[in-house]
Amino acid sequence: MTHDPGYNFAYLDESTKRMIRRAILKAVAIPGHQVPFGSREMPLPYGWGTGGIQVTASVLGPRDVLKVIDQGSDDTTNAVSIRAFFRRTAGVATTERTAEATIIQTRHRIPERRLTEGQILVYQVPIPEPLARLEPRIAETRRLHAMADYGLMHVKLYEDIAKHGHIATSYSYPVMVNERYLMSPSPIPAFDNPKMHMMPALQLFGAGREKRIYAVPPYTAVRSLDFEDHPFRPIRAPHRCELCGSGDTYLDEVLVDDKGGRIFVCSDTDHCQERQAMREAAE
Amino acid sequence: MSAGTALAGFADPVLDSQAAFRAVLEAMSRPGRIQRLPVPPELPPGIGPAAAAVLLALADADTPIRLAAGAEAQAWIRFHTGARAAPAAEAAFVLDSDAGLLDLDPGTEEEPERGATLILEVESLSEGSGWRLSGPGIQATHRLAVAGVRDGFLADWAASRARFPRGVDVILCAGDRIAALPRGIAIEEG
Repeated sequence: MTHDPGYNFAYLDESTKRMIRRAILKAVAIPGHQVPFGSREMPLPYGWGTGGIQVTASVLGPRDVLKVIDQGSDDTTNAVSIRAFFRRTAGVATTERTAEATIIQTRHRIPERRLTEGQILVYQVPIPEPLARLEPRIAETRRLHAMADYGLMHVKLYEDIAKHGHIATSYSYPVMVNERYLMSPSPIPAFDNPKMHMMPALQLFGAGREKRIYAVPPYTAVRSLDFEDHPFRPIRAPHRCELCGSGDTYLDEVLVDDKGGRIFVCSDTDHCQERQAMREAAE
Repeated sequence: MSAGTALAGFADPVLDSQAAFRAVLEAMSRPGRIQRLPVPPELPPGIGPAAAAVLLALADADTPIRLAAGAEAQAWIRFHTGARAAPAAEAAFVLDSDAGLLDLDPGTEEEPERGATLILEVESLSEGSGWRLSGPGIQATHRLAVAGVRDGFLADWAASRARFPRGVDVILCAGDRIAALPRGIAIEEG
């Protein structure tokens, strides 16, 4: 495949890619630290993955195979549009199969299938600063990161326990990277947090509006914050997937009629289809 | 026109830059694992193929460079990337085997990403023996044998690493191959 000659390869101009590439390399060298970058205006609105798409555009090469998911699904508008964007501007192959992809751009999920060394996971990040809701001053949050002073976040989790009896954070659950930087995992469900720990794949995070890039290198410790007497627990709906029968994947609740009928199905559509195919083959 | 500007850069500036960056990214993500870079067809004297490829892929007018290789190499880099020369202590990229790790810009506690990248040309790189590396990017430990770093490098490295998150990231180059040492990696002599 070739790319649309009206665009530079992968849309961004070369000097922008160069600047983003340098930011990515420093982000990898300082795991969990947010590196500022000169985020460009992209042909999609903020909140639709402008950060992720700039990271993907800077990393992507002609031999890559790209997968894009939105909340685990390959066939939502955001995922379909971003795949089409890179097919046109970079001429790369795209796939819906997690196992075949070399780069996976994601909004709000980590695929169920264990990722491998040959893969890069690119997260779309709305709010990169884990302390944003606790401390609105950016100058102050930078100082707190410099001093690794994360007492504010522990107090917040403690208040959760005091009010609700448990930590009532079910997504964007804060993590410590390599026991140094507090990091927002982006709004993935807390269920996905354990997958980040010692993942063989490289994890890159891009926040377009907030102009930050950060990273977790492969095989890096990622620990969800908790307390000895209130250990971290990944939460999932206590049901089986209606389509594939899985009892250990993250589920979406789907309303099926206007009488309150509902089913639970896997959020990761590729994984679900793979399991359905295996089940059919076995029958 | 100085001599350096008569020599070509990457044969395909867009795709060769991408491939070189990906090799550096892979090297930085998996410290001590050796990667191969696409190299420019012509080189000015004093600069090796991999070191040249790293600079062609990553340098520009925003990244002051300290280059020990001489005027022709300086002119070549300037012509192809727009990067200007700077003293070692102020440079974003340093290609100077005499430069000490502790003499370069380590960034600040709040902006550690401003720490310099030191590109070191060495005699040879091989995996499986030599230094024992551990830290982010490495599952347990990784062995990397490096011939031709200056005496005292490991002592400097330990001192530099103690400043984390400030610090200097190193890209070791031999021929068209590289291995990277991001600032937080622990190195034990083999």
